[in-house]
Amino acid sequence: MSNVFSIMLVGVGGQGTLLASRILGDVLLSQGYDVKVSEVHGMSQRGGSVVTYVKYSNGEVYSPVVTEGEADIIIAFEQLEAARSLPMLKKGGKLITNTQKISPMPVITGAMNYPDDIINQIKELDVDIIAVDALKLAIEAGSSKAVNVVLMGILSKIMPFEEKIWQDALLDNVPKKAISINEKAFILGREQYK
Amino acid sequence: MSKLFLGNEAVARGLYEAGCRVVSSYPGTPSTEITEFAAKYDEIYAEWAPNEKVALEVALGAGIKGARSFSAMKHVGLNVAADPLFTASYTGVNGGVVIAVADDPGMHSSQNEQDSRHYAIAAKLPMLEPADSQECKDYIKEAFELSEEFDTPVLIRLSTRVSHSQSKVEICDRQQIELKEYVKNPQKYVMVPANARNRHVVVEERQSRLAELAETSPLNKVEIGGDSIGIITSGISYQYAKEVFGDKASYLKLGMVNPLPTKLIEDFAKKVDKLYVVEELDDIIETHCKKNGINVLGKEIFSLIGEFSQATIAEKILGDKRENVALDVNIPVRPPVMCAGCPHRGLFYILAKHKAYVSGDIGCYTLGAAPPLSAMDTTICMGASISAQHGYNVAGGEDTEKKSVAVIGDSTFMHSGVTGLINTVYNGSNSTIIILDNSITGMTGHQHNPTTGYNLKGDIAQTISIEAVCKAVGVRRVRIVDPYDLKATEEAVVEEMAAEEPSVIITRRPCALLKYVEYNPPLTVDRDKCITCRACFRIGCPSISMKDGKASIDATSCTGCGVCSQLCRFDAIVGGKENV
Repeated sequence: MSNVFSIMLVGVGGQGTLLASRILGDVLLSQGYDVKVSEVHGMSQRGGSVVTYVKYSNGEVYSPVVTEGEADIIIAFEQLEAARSLPMLKKGGKLITNTQKISPMPVITGAMNYPDDIINQIKELDVDIIAVDALKLAIEAGSSKAVNVVLMGILSKIMPFEEKIWQDALLDNVPKKAISINEKAFILGREQYK
Repeated sequence: MSKLFLGNEAVARGLYEAGCRVVSSYPGTPSTEITEFAAKYDEIYAEWAPNEKVALEVALGAGIKGARSFSAMKHVGLNVAADPLFTASYTGVNGGVVIAVADDPGMHSSQNEQDSRHYAIAAKLPMLEPADSQECKDYIKEAFELSEEFDTPVLIRLSTRVSHSQSKVEICDRQQIELKEYVKNPQKYVMVPANARNRHVVVEERQSRLAELAETSPLNKVEIGGDSIGIITSGISYQYAKEVFGDKASYLKLGMVNPLPTKLIEDFAKKVDKLYVVEELDDIIETHCKKNGINVLGKEIFSLIGEFSQATIAEKILGDKRENVALDVNIPVRPPVMCAGCPHRGLFYILAKHKAYVSGDIGCYTLGAAPPLSAMDTTICMGASISAQHGYNVAGGEDTEKKSVAVIGDSTFMHSGVTGLINTVYNGSNSTIIILDNSITGMTGHQHNPTTGYNLKGDIAQTISIEAVCKAVGVRRVRIVDPYDLKATEEAVVEEMAAEEPSVIITRRPCALLKYVEYNPPLTVDRDKCITCRACFRIGCPSISMKDGKASIDATSCTGCGVCSQLCRFDAIVGGKENV
């Protein structure tokens, strides 16, 4: 069977996971891979948990979804979503997470607590994790909305494609007036991974 | 040239390439983007209709005139369009008519999990089911050919994972298809009993011919691999099975899911040791096999409920499960919520405060059912709020009339709420109906509707006035309030619930996500004044959270709507601008 590589993007509706998955999809397509990207639209976009899958292969990709223990890379836009998606990570897979915390409604209403110390707990499970304050970097780049592109910057250092390819995909997918902010966010993301 | 296309975008591309001229739809996740993408092609006339029944009838009329025509809807939308669907099976078409219906196994964004294949069987219509974006495009073109060859509307069954996944598509040019000539033919198009009796014979003959086609059509593909396991499947389930078994199994992939082949399945069954049917939702292929004496394993091992995945198949057939890790903590769920600045929030706070019985409907405002607002008693289907409230009130009498409301959005009111309102007025229950007018079809991602003043193509259109419609059907008490103004909203709710006649309150404020909506500066909490009474938490605003023992407002997401500050008795929420 052909070797399928699976990436998951998880976050909170409105954080721009869809755009990130489209940038990633274009990068992979430009490298000649078979690619499938699975998105969720509709109700969960209203501040709920959102999950996007990106899968690629030198051969064929059949299923567009990623299931438990399958993700080679998870990119989490928020800590709690990193914790929620952890069972999807393959043994030896890599988790990139934004350290931002967004309280879900059960926490806001006081029905539940936001778990403490998620990142250290994940580290204790021997998971390869990169935790970055992507919100801070996005604000530094000029917009809190650029969290997605900061995270793509980090991902670009992990994946074996040239920077130029990412930048082309970025230009094709972000609105014209936001190009300079996003370029800066992308570079700030890249600088995080040494 | 190969490009990544969303399944829905590929359907639209298929419409373009097939020479389709007319598209009419009502939005519904996961089908919405088909019509939005179709509208981008200048060659296609595309419109939002007020509901799916109207949309399908428009497509049928365009087909009768000789144009290749199309309508897209979600699975529950086909319930609304079922009436024209069944009889269009009898009339047949002139120009090809194709109907895409998107099922939602797993209910990502739906109120039920019905399997639309039942409609193809019941209405005796051919149904095709693509498994990826390329097939979405190819099957649309094939569907138009079949529609015209067999003189029948053709259904395309999609699912959330096919509609909302991107995969590679090879694009082609548009076929030039001329309008077919319309020839008056009442025996075919006027479905009175005398004509319909003859047409039913035609329908049954057509079904027989289509069943023969299913035996040999390239839409139904046999892929021979290993012979120990054979899998009969269709749509997205094919992809899941293929991911698990690759070429270690053999497949019968059914691109045409109604009518189903028999001999093709019998021959396939002979080639493998053990035969499985892998189909999401109902056991339609399985039942067909068993009825024809073909021994298969299906719902004995697979569920009738929810979505499948490669993991489902690996586990059920092979007993395989992947290793993984999880945190040993209780992870709070993150349900969808009304956005910061959502105009619906204030109204639901008032309804919760007055403990009203709330007859709900389908839209963003259904989120008013969730804690902490918890202000909804029922949600059934599009438009049911008003009619079900009338029923609740005629059964309960004056006691319930004075403590109940129906809530419905602007688009849903146009869809099928107005008929319920007519019933309420005509039959005279003293019901209070609240129309939440946020100037857009919200939940499906901002589509125009008859009340917004624009059409699908973005051109200015006649605006249907909600208040004028309400008055015209005989509601004498119609009032409009700004739902950001809690006091005015509360007064309206209290007074109209008490009124001795049917009344309508229109809560009018555009969706906070609309591009033209300008936000006030974000509000802040004066930590010296905040006594942590948590009153501001009762509205369930995602911008408000607890920080170091006091309420805190997230400056990034706060729109400065001012609803929370009206709840604070200690003037601890400050800044922004007065809205009210």
